[in-house]
Amino acid sequence: MSTLTRTAPDRRATPSRPGLARIVLARTRLELMTFFRERDAVIFSFLFPIALLGIFAMAFSEQVGPDGNQVDFAQYFLPGMVASGIALVSFQTMALTLAIEREDGTLKRLRGTPLPPVAYFLGKIGMILVVGVAQIAVLLAVAALLLGADLPTEAGKWLTFAWCYVLGTASGTVLGIAFSSVPKSAKSASAVVVGPLIILQFISGVFFVFTDLPSWLQNVASVFPLKWLAQGMRSVFLPEQFESLEVSGSWQHGLIVLILSAWLIVGLVVCVRTFRWKRRDDG
Amino acid sequence: MTTTATTAEHAVRIRGLRKTYADVAAVDGLDLDIRAGEVFALLGPNGAGKTTTVEILEGYRDRDAGEVSVLGHDPQRPGAGWRERIGIVLQSSTGHDEITVEELVHHFAGYYPDARDPAEVVTAVGLGDKRKTRARHLSGGQRRRLDVALGILGDPDLLFLDEPTTGFDPEARREFWGLIASLADGGTTIILTTHYLDEAEHLADRVGVITAGRIVALDTPARLGGRDQEHAVLTWTEHGAVRAAQTSEPTALVTELSARFGGEVPSLTISRPTLEDVYLRLIGDSTGSTPATAQPGQHTRPSRITDEQEHMAS
Repeated sequence: MSTLTRTAPDRRATPSRPGLARIVLARTRLELMTFFRERDAVIFSFLFPIALLGIFAMAFSEQVGPDGNQVDFAQYFLPGMVASGIALVSFQTMALTLAIEREDGTLKRLRGTPLPPVAYFLGKIGMILVVGVAQIAVLLAVAALLLGADLPTEAGKWLTFAWCYVLGTASGTVLGIAFSSVPKSAKSASAVVVGPLIILQFISGVFFVFTDLPSWLQNVASVFPLKWLAQGMRSVFLPEQFESLEVSGSWQHGLIVLILSAWLIVGLVVCVRTFRWKRRDDG
Repeated sequence: MTTTATTAEHAVRIRGLRKTYADVAAVDGLDLDIRAGEVFALLGPNGAGKTTTVEILEGYRDRDAGEVSVLGHDPQRPGAGWRERIGIVLQSSTGHDEITVEELVHHFAGYYPDARDPAEVVTAVGLGDKRKTRARHLSGGQRRRLDVALGILGDPDLLFLDEPTTGFDPEARREFWGLIASLADGGTTIILTTHYLDEAEHLADRVGVITAGRIVALDTPARLGGRDQEHAVLTWTEHGAVRAAQTSEPTALVTELSARFGGEVPSLTISRPTLEDVYLRLIGDSTGSTPATAQPGQHTRPSRITDEQEHMAS
């Protein structure tokens, strides 16, 4: 260790305070470096839906759908995997990384710096947007190029995709922040976060046909946002004739917007009320 | 809340600070002033209220009662720019495992107006050859150096160091002391908590001992607890046995012994109570338990002194 000089003594008079946009960009970059250097995150959040779609496509060769308009399994499960990927990248990544960063003192350390809290959260959201878009791009490319799935060509469908993606990611992110306070420790975090999410995926029509579930389970699933996100994505990636296979016989776009927005608002309120920079046992 | 006079003279001013957890007072009416530019060491056993006090000053915890001013601001409601002027090295911190030293220091530098040069800071804490190493692969001591680097990046006016040298080898500790001394020379106020009494003695201008949520002693390391007034302890060998005596006039006793032995006194040592001796007595007094039961090894010498005092008298 050697000696250090102080910065200019008159600096306090005219601090060149770094701008919020610059800090948010730096946070996003740091979050992305952390995400892609963490092997677990890449495998279980980023590659998981892609691998699963590939396995489904290879394991099941039968056709699904209404008579005369049947599609390949890969095509049928593509919307489910897109919805699942959004849930993993937004909800799971947020809940896990926050629980771990709270436990290991990263959050506490950041709280002791001039970093504006909003820049921390915007950096997380920036990371999730980049990872989410990259994941869906890879997922769609694999589906279209390797598994022979058809991607929509009409602009209207892509518009539906866009608002489903934004609402799904936004609500998943804030719910992930809110849920990050539930695990008691970083050790229990992956079980507490991943377990319920897997169950939710099963009952939300991500892994198999939603209408195959008993109606009481369908009702349970209808409370949570993932079922609605998957339904929205089905309306994007499946032919029009599949609309009649939905429980209500309709894609219910209005209801999807309503329910995802409601979860977004509930999540925001819970975040603001319960967010902690420190561990539960830390004063 | 802010008075310029206080800001100029005192980096920290605490009056009647109280913090209670589940009806137990962790901090119980604590008063303390820390002057600007001073290196202040806060000592005390675990559970004495050290961390609670420091974390209230750092803005991590809210107090139940009392007045606190840190750099002229209430840390519960710090104004804009307050966090730019303080640096915090927490007791234990991990995280940012996959980020290299260089990347992390550059990143944190971006939070501050006019931060120190990241490369200079990395070199200053002795991590120059670990620049490209991810935090995950640093040793415990190297991690602490990284924490210190992040704490001093913003060139703070007030630096909090919570047990900064835990996990350092003796050489690294000496180097760290040099760094802290150079920061203090530059005018940075430093508040240090440590369990190493030699560290407090070496670095601190003043030492405060906290037990049961109050300051029980406050002075320079040389004078703490009347240390400078205490009797000197002499030991020597006589008739094949170790002898010891406690006296307020060591020079007279040495002259007497020298005459008795006709010159050199075998194995002569003269010592004053160490800071550790004084500290253990202070915390023993106020916690009700004797230091001998808390630290059995520390009291062999004083008990022997008592025997020898009788011997000398006879």
